[in-house]
Amino acid sequence: MTPHVLTRSLDRSATIFLVVVAGLGVLIPLSNLLLPAGSALQVPTYLVALFGKYACYAILALSIDLIWGYCGILSLGHGAFFALGGYAMGMYLMRQIGSRGVYGNPILPDFMVFLNYPALPWYWHGFDMFWFAALMVILVPGLLAFCFGWLAFRSRVTGVYLSIITQAMTYALLLAFFRNDFGFGGNNGLTDFKDILGFNVQADGTRAALFALSCLALIVAFLICRAVVTSKLGKVLIAIRDAESRTRFLGYRVESYKLFVFTLSACMAGVAGALYVPQVGIINPSEFAPGNSIEAVIWVAVGGRGTLVGAALGAVVVNYAKTYFTSGPLAPYWLFMLGALFILVTLLLPKGIVGTFNAWRESRKATEKANAESAALEDGVGEPKPAE
Amino acid sequence: MSVMEGRTTSALLYLDGVHVSFDGFHAINNLSLTLEPGEMRAIIGPNGAGKTTMMDIITGKTKPDEGTVLFDGMTDLTRLDETHIAELGIGRKFQKPTVFESQTIEDNLLLALNVDHSVRGTLFWRGSRDESERIDRVLETIRLTDARNRLAGSLSHGQKQWLEIGMLLAQDPKLLLVDEPVAGMTDVETHQTAELLKEINKEKTVMVVEHDMTFVRELGVKVTCLHEGTVLAEGTIDQVSSNERVVEVYLGR
Ligand SMILES: Nc1ncnc2c1ncn2[C@@H]1O[C@H](COP(=O)(O)OP(=O)(O)O)[C@@H](O)[C@H]1O
Ligand SMILES: [Mg+2]
Repeated sequence: MTPHVLTRSLDRSATIFLVVVAGLGVLIPLSNLLLPAGSALQVPTYLVALFGKYACYAILALSIDLIWGYCGILSLGHGAFFALGGYAMGMYLMRQIGSRGVYGNPILPDFMVFLNYPALPWYWHGFDMFWFAALMVILVPGLLAFCFGWLAFRSRVTGVYLSIITQAMTYALLLAFFRNDFGFGGNNGLTDFKDILGFNVQADGTRAALFALSCLALIVAFLICRAVVTSKLGKVLIAIRDAESRTRFLGYRVESYKLFVFTLSACMAGVAGALYVPQVGIINPSEFAPGNSIEAVIWVAVGGRGTLVGAALGAVVVNYAKTYFTSGPLAPYWLFMLGALFILVTLLLPKGIVGTFNAWRESRKATEKANAESAALEDGVGEPKPAE
Repeated sequence: MSVMEGRTTSALLYLDGVHVSFDGFHAINNLSLTLEPGEMRAIIGPNGAGKTTMMDIITGKTKPDEGTVLFDGMTDLTRLDETHIAELGIGRKFQKPTVFESQTIEDNLLLALNVDHSVRGTLFWRGSRDESERIDRVLETIRLTDARNRLAGSLSHGQKQWLEIGMLLAQDPKLLLVDEPVAGMTDVETHQTAELLKEINKEKTVMVVEHDMTFVRELGVKVTCLHEGTVLAEGTIDQVSSNERVVEVYLGR
């Protein structure tokens, strides 16, 4: 009985999630564009951009939950895939600037002119075309994850060792992207974007559209994750998470499964980063900071690992708190608060918000059922059956 | 896969001169043992004799330092990994019952079925009638039909042992390695397990490790006694249990 109820309740939370995201994705842009500025129900543009950022974080959180919550792979370097997707989009946006840059060079972005680049580096070619950049948004993080995972999972690197090397990976990329001669704008990164697909990135309409697209991407990412975890493959992932070596003895090639979800997850993180960059207007090496990846894992832990909905919720809740606190007098203490939050959740709510809620509802249903059964039993005893 | 030129032995499982040491401690010493197709063999021996380590070697978990391990007379198991060996048709029940606790009993069996285990196969898997019938039959055999939707973690120790035997049945291997199947079982359950293994042995080759002498006696098969990683005695249970060295090992000098 239990799993049946469980599936149904999960279905319900999934439905609620989809309705809420789709509703916000439509209503917020409409309110922003159609209602007069300053009216009580009008969502100001800066909030649209902020919510768009949250949606991107929610996609990143889903991608982490897919591998951590369902397959037990704790990546502390997922920010790297997010940032790579962001850089791919940033490169497209840079090339859209064209001769409108400070130096007016039609081909070279400003930082290249400033650093005396004679010509466009080979790896910047093609990024003037949106389709190419969009492909790279998925391919580059996917390829890195595939190579990294191929090496790590085949050598059976697991647990804390895997977490450490993912940190090392994002740190190495941080150092590389900081270098001016690496060709991605060094410390300053890529910024001063003008337009995307011909639309001004600063315009209200573009921002509203980007927000709506981020919600759409969140919905698609959620549906993909859900399809994966509810398939038989999802059962294998959970088996690997709970008893990896047992799974091998049943004849499953564990490393292939890990490689598949890890790569899929990295591609999703890349898409999140690509949607993030035009909305915040900049991408720089600090996105590779190891702390960012750890923060993203905390979102998932807070929301509820292995619940998908919880991961997305956790990303929004923690980032809302971050926005709130870092804009006030408590700003210098945010990292301490985040750390404290993580410790509190680990100790008091190990299943996270959604996980705890699900468990509570399960147990309430079970008691109700037990009560109903015992009541029925008493009825049967108390009232003698009428003679036939 | 490493397939040798032709068969070299009629045995389904052939171990010869196998050595394994862990940091200088010789867990398996010059171990030689053969299992004919269709045979059931009971392995006894005091704790630390190397019984579980021997199963680790056969299933690819531990690589021997020396020696030959052949399956079906042709396949060198020492060169293959756990997944590959499982695919060849060697199934294993662990000493400590290992089931997927957060999944239902039915899902545990579903995961064990010997169907397409590739990423693509499981991603696009659609249940078939044949599969659910097989699961139903196994549930019937291990007497867990009514519990099919319960989480495996909620089972008693003895039921987990049975579920793991059920997973072996679902896996449908040629050779079953069963490590201490009756630990934690009542006398009745122990008897039922012996009956079940005898039933399974009608079609499969089985190797059972067990301490419980009543159980081993009930199986009524050839017994091998291991001690310090090597074969001490082999024969019927009466021959083995009257062997002086076996008595010495079990009762202490
Ligand atoms: N991975 C390992 N590392 C070190 N020692 C081990 C390992 N596996 C088994 N041993 C040792 O090898 C010996 C045989 O163990 P085992 O095969 O479990 O015995 P049995 O199953 O017969 O009780 C024991 O002394 C055990 O401590
Ligand atoms: Mg043992």
